[in-house]
Amino acid sequence: MYEIIEGIIEAARLIVTLDPDVMAISARSIVISLTATVVATLVAVPLGAAIYFGTFPGKKSLINLIQTLYSLPTVIVGLLIFLLLSRVGPFGFFRLLFTPTAMIIAQTVLILPIMTGLTISALSGVDPVIRDTLRSLGATRFQFLKSVMKEARFAILAAVAVGFGRAISEVGAAILVGGNIMASSFASSTRVLTTAISLETSMGNISQSIALGIVLLLIALAVNLVITMIQNR
Amino acid sequence: MIELDNVSKRFDATTVLSGVTGRVEQGEIFTVIGPSGAGKSTLLRLIDLLDSPTGGAIRIKGIDIHAKGKQSLRVRRMTGMVFQKPAVFNTTVAENIAVGLRFRGVGKTAIRAKVTDALTMVGLSGYGERRARTLSGGEMQRVALARAMVTEPEILLMDEPTANLDPVSVEKIEELVLRINRDLGTTILFSTHDMYQGQRLAHRIGVLMDGRFAQVGTPREVFTVPATRDVARFVGIENIVDGIVVAGGNGTSAVEAGGVRVRTATPLSPGERVSLCIRSEDLRIAPADGDGATPGGNALPGTVASVVPRGPFSRVTVDCGFPLSSVLSWKTLDNLGIQGGSPVVVSFAAESVHVVRED
Repeated sequence: MYEIIEGIIEAARLIVTLDPDVMAISARSIVISLTATVVATLVAVPLGAAIYFGTFPGKKSLINLIQTLYSLPTVIVGLLIFLLLSRVGPFGFFRLLFTPTAMIIAQTVLILPIMTGLTISALSGVDPVIRDTLRSLGATRFQFLKSVMKEARFAILAAVAVGFGRAISEVGAAILVGGNIMASSFASSTRVLTTAISLETSMGNISQSIALGIVLLLIALAVNLVITMIQNR
Repeated sequence: MIELDNVSKRFDATTVLSGVTGRVEQGEIFTVIGPSGAGKSTLLRLIDLLDSPTGGAIRIKGIDIHAKGKQSLRVRRMTGMVFQKPAVFNTTVAENIAVGLRFRGVGKTAIRAKVTDALTMVGLSGYGERRARTLSGGEMQRVALARAMVTEPEILLMDEPTANLDPVSVEKIEELVLRINRDLGTTILFSTHDMYQGQRLAHRIGVLMDGRFAQVGTPREVFTVPATRDVARFVGIENIVDGIVVAGGNGTSAVEAGGVRVRTATPLSPGERVSLCIRSEDLRIAPADGDGATPGGNALPGTVASVVPRGPFSRVTVDCGFPLSSVLSWKTLDNLGIQGGSPVVVSFAAESVHVVRED
């Protein structure tokens, strides 16, 4: 018990004094997860819209599959990307394994289903009377799609925030394809908050783990606040 | 202006419209009345190209609007529609009203001027920068009306726009509808399940029942000479009695119903099965011992079966061989000494009996 209290006090000190290691790991986490979220957004939002507005056989089954992939285990994604990027894998020649880029790819793949699915849900949530009103006001097909997307914008933003939250909090894929490397340069290191907490805890550095855990919680809290704020619009 | 030619619409196994035929003239307010589920919304949605008919054709200015081709957007831009549920886009009131103008590529300056005019027209001047979703239902519906009207449509379709509103908002919307029609000459097709609203607004009424127009006519025609038994019931005629014609001639006839003869001013042939429609306000109920009968009219003796309070009035039902109901004030009831079981005479003129042949 005493160790835990001591750990919390030390964690507070590391945060308040802006400990360089803690700050670097936190910043790297944010950069990697934010990049993955941006890439996933660029794919998931148009993809979700295409699925929602499109009419094709198997549409319902595809949406069911996407929803099933919400709970895709992170280590499975990590393993898949590891196999693809490993030297013997089809994309091994890119030499991306154990780089931040590999982590971005893994996190993008991980959050794509949930962001696509939530985009579809966001568009489905637009009141049918609003859709009828747009048609009735003489919208062309393009104007109609654009206006429905605009009407669902807050729900789509919430989907983006949820995607970021899942990306920054995952550990399985990050450790498998990133390797938890602490290199001399910021850009080539792959140690992020979740992998660092895992490592520090196994090494007995409880205060460091708690400090990183608090930072992760604060980021999660900020994301949650953003989601709440968006949903209240 | 709008021609409905045997329009039908089916949703899977459910037939909603089964051969609607009619015509809406340019510049008129045509109300479609009918009970819930009669197909009023479906008919308006078909005219606004939001759905396609299963059969028949709808023509606006001679153009078959559902025929294949690229004219659908042009036709749709000739019409504006206000829906039953007040729905606004998640933005400001001004932006809401501007949507249709932006779709048509109208310039910013013109949009600003038109939106200001539209807000004034619906009595919401100064509301432009408010968030539309913070408005009341009545205000949202006025925004919807302004949004539809700002594009200057030739036809305005209104699908039970006052169904969810309070009486004050209903009155405001009705005033606007009348004003838009009078000042701008817009042809208005207005659906409602409130028959009195239909009567207040319409130049002509179409009574939609069982998927087709049971009657089309002026409010006076529909309310005083309903074409069928169902229309009579829908327009609020309380006394509808089935009978058989037993004598006819000289422009009058006698109908036997419940063992009693009723004289009507309608020439009919003996043996015809008919329904007699008598408005409760045309009935006179008097004590059996008083003077009462209208000369040349009907005077049916009976017993008061029930007296049911209804606000400041009472609904009195008399059994004359068949039930006849009328509404009397409490004071009249007291003065006449009428109560349950009282022997009375119900009198009414032969001209007050509207006869419809049984379907």
